[in-house]
Amino acid sequence: MIVWWIGNAVLLLVIAPVVVYLLRGVLNAARSIVPKVETIAKVAGSASKDLDGVELLHATQRQVRETVATVQDYGGSLDVILDDA
Amino acid sequence: MEAAAIVTIIAVVVVIAVLVVYLVAVILELRKINSGLDVVIGSVGEIVGKSAPVNDIVSAIDADLDGGSDLLEGLLEKKAGTEDAAGLIESVFPGGGAAMVARRGRRGPVKNIDEVYTRGAVQLARLGRESPLGAGALSGAALRDASASSAAARALYAEPGGGSTKPRSPTIGTGAPEVYSPNEEIGAPRKRRPPPAQPRQRRPPPTEPWAPRE
Repeated sequence: MIVWWIGNAVLLLVIAPVVVYLLRGVLNAARSIVPKVETIAKVAGSASKDLDGVELLHATQRQVRETVATVQDYGGSLDVILDDA
Repeated sequence: MEAAAIVTIIAVVVVIAVLVVYLVAVILELRKINSGLDVVIGSVGEIVGKSAPVNDIVSAIDADLDGGSDLLEGLLEKKAGTEDAAGLIESVFPGGGAAMVARRGRRGPVKNIDEVYTRGAVQLARLGRESPLGAGALSGAALRDASASSAAARALYAEPGGGSTKPRSPTIGTGAPEVYSPNEEIGAPRKRRPPPAQPRQRRPPPTEPWAPRE
């Protein structure tokens, strides 16, 4: 009977507080993750909007090709106009 | 039932209740995290989709620009000569001439064109047939007259005679030849030196000033 009471005391005074402490730690860790995930979601959304201009790279590429073609024309003309060294 | 058994049951119930409360709270938080990660994954997917063609497009643009750069460098090298081309680029874009030499697979220092010509003068000499330095024949060796090129370059700018009537900028310090007096000179016109008694002797021009050197 004495052993039983000792077991009860250990259960209430040691095991229960330890369980509460561990569970509270897990809960606090889980709660700390939530705002970070929300922040990451906002940042990812903003980053996705920032990349909307990537589609303009196609126009940039086309413009670069046209510019290089124009430069080639001018280069050909200069090659004819100027004497070689 | 004995008292010890009742206490044990109560203790077990309390522990189980605590477990239930905390685990339910953890489950709720994990569900929030799960829904938040769904949003993040959607945005990350958009980012991946939008940035996927960037590498190819930028590489293509880089290749096009490289082609244009090679074209212009080749043209400049053909017209200005191998050494002068790199020197001309170096005079306009510091470091560009050395990079050009490296791209062309050559070694050695880049000719410093700025020692002889100003930037504008050397470009006019190469491109403009109406410029003083480019008045001669453009074929053959580089247009260069080390004895008179500096005066010819100065002639391209304002006051080709040298601006002898204007005083030089005031020297600051105790040993200054002219001391600026704010009480007397604020708002007054700039002092002019008297014209020299005899005009400066200028070197007679050679018979063919812009002929290429032998």
